[in-house]
Amino acid sequence: MTVAVQRLKHSYQKYWYAYAMIAPVVIVLGVLVLYPLAYGFYLTLTDANSLNTGRTIGVNEIEATYKFIGFDNYADILWGETAYDRFWSHFIWTVFWTAACVALHYSVGLGLALLLNQKLRGRTFYRLILILPWAVPTFVTVFGWRFMLADGGIINSALETLHLPTPLWLEDTFWQRFAAIMVNTWCGVPFMMVSLLGGLQSIDSTLYEAAEMDGASAWQRFRYVTLPGLRSVSSTVVLLGIIWTFNQFAIIFLLFGDTAPDAQILVTWAYYLGFGQQPRDFAQSAAYGMLLLAILIVFTSFYRRWLNRNDQQLAI
Amino acid sequence: MSTTTVKTSAPADQPPTSGTPRSVRRRGERGRGASLASHGILIVASLIALFPIAWLVFLSLGPDKDDYLHPGEIWGKMTFDNYSFVLSDTNFFDWLRSSLIVSLGATVIGVLLAATTGYAVSRMRFPGYKKFMWVLLVTQMFPVAVLMVPMYQILSELKLIDSYGGLVLVYLTTTVPYCAWLLKGYFDTIPFEIDEAGRVDGLTPFGTFARLILPLARPGLAVAAFYSFITAFGEVAFASTFMLTDTKYTLAVGLQSFVSEHDAQRNLMAATAVLIAIPAAAFFYLVQKHLVTGLTAGGTKG
Repeated sequence: MTVAVQRLKHSYQKYWYAYAMIAPVVIVLGVLVLYPLAYGFYLTLTDANSLNTGRTIGVNEIEATYKFIGFDNYADILWGETAYDRFWSHFIWTVFWTAACVALHYSVGLGLALLLNQKLRGRTFYRLILILPWAVPTFVTVFGWRFMLADGGIINSALETLHLPTPLWLEDTFWQRFAAIMVNTWCGVPFMMVSLLGGLQSIDSTLYEAAEMDGASAWQRFRYVTLPGLRSVSSTVVLLGIIWTFNQFAIIFLLFGDTAPDAQILVTWAYYLGFGQQPRDFAQSAAYGMLLLAILIVFTSFYRRWLNRNDQQLAI
Repeated sequence: MSTTTVKTSAPADQPPTSGTPRSVRRRGERGRGASLASHGILIVASLIALFPIAWLVFLSLGPDKDDYLHPGEIWGKMTFDNYSFVLSDTNFFDWLRSSLIVSLGATVIGVLLAATTGYAVSRMRFPGYKKFMWVLLVTQMFPVAVLMVPMYQILSELKLIDSYGGLVLVYLTTTVPYCAWLLKGYFDTIPFEIDEAGRVDGLTPFGTFARLILPLARPGLAVAAFYSFITAFGEVAFASTFMLTDTKYTLAVGLQSFVSEHDAQRNLMAATAVLIAIPAAAFFYLVQKHLVTGLTAGGTKG
């Protein structure tokens, strides 16, 4: 294998093929991601909102009148008056949301993957049903959940028949958060389950045989064969899960719209500032976005370093 | 080694002795209790996975917009009226067309771009390789909010607001990095010797890629296509901000428009939601066989 790689490398002495092949992606990402990012960063240093940016109304062109204000937006978000209500409370909730959702996704997904990995009658059938939440677009399923969670919907009716308290899922802050995590867990488990099932199937079965011969109990086989075998899949899907959940826009946006200021995570809150209110505050919205990106990049760097210290490589 | 093999295989061959049922169990088999428990858990999980969607289908059959509050009455008056109304008296087919144009456009272009990129990073260690992979990962992290405003301005300068092309471009930025990453993992599992053989037979690197590797990577390409399609089909934030004309809405935006237009006619919304879910789920089940191998090819290699 390595000899082949060496020879192959040699034949591609010039790298221009490689550059030619990645050029389209570099151009697309450069124009539509890096340039907007740079421009967005510039916006965060101004006081741009929908009233002072350049726009065209009918035939009249209105010049942009926003001005450069340096890092005031960031200072205002992080330390300004009511910064706790505007940023830190959302930040804490976002961190909790991410941790809770990814932990639930992973543990439920792993449990189901383990069950599906046994010789079991009808396991293909179970698998087909269990990936259903992934197969149906999120905006459809969240819509279905809204029916169920509505006051007087099926969930509260069922709770009432059982003489249990019937919370206002879509109105009370605590229950909004509870509902958001519940719906997101429901939506996210299939991805983890399918990925971990792939990981389980790639574990060499002779390892289990050897462990069994050495007298390992079921728990020991799980702890010392299964978990280490899943390590590289796990480290990748957990990282992706954290990134995706941290930026999970659709579920909270569709579940509550603008009605739940306290259940908004940072992404939806930033969207609300930039597009959900009048006047639209472009600068602050973009500043939230930059902060989010910074948090994720710092987190990923530490995550990678932590993996490297444990002699693992991220599969990229 | 040989002695231990004999030891374990011996009890399996013998007829089970009545006193010690546990010792005759072969690897991968469990007792009746464990098996029942597995089935029990899987059945409960399946019901949880199935119920919200089944409930949506059930409610879509109720003729009145408040039927979801007293579902018991639906049994008596089930009807497909909601469906016929949505199909004949709304812009459903316009929305469907928009959704299909945008999703298929994003899928075709995205997979092509991702495939060349994935191949380049899989086979060639060019200077800047590590940085490039890192950039692909970082683009996964861009929150909607940071790109929305500048993208809006760039697209309006290019006169691409409210056009399919603009939306396709926007979706490419989210799908291509992940697909390239995924396909890189898949290409890594194809032996390098195949490239070599192609090169020896006089193919250019592009020829090797197009004639040898792409056909071999079909399952991986299917997963990438699937991912792009589903992402574009279900995206809400960009579509609702960038598409302004009623007839150009994608289905995700169109569904939201029922709230104001028809005073939240939930029965119609439910019917529309079911109509949307059917093609998406059908497409999903067509490719789901490849999902496991395709998704984790990069991960399991380590």
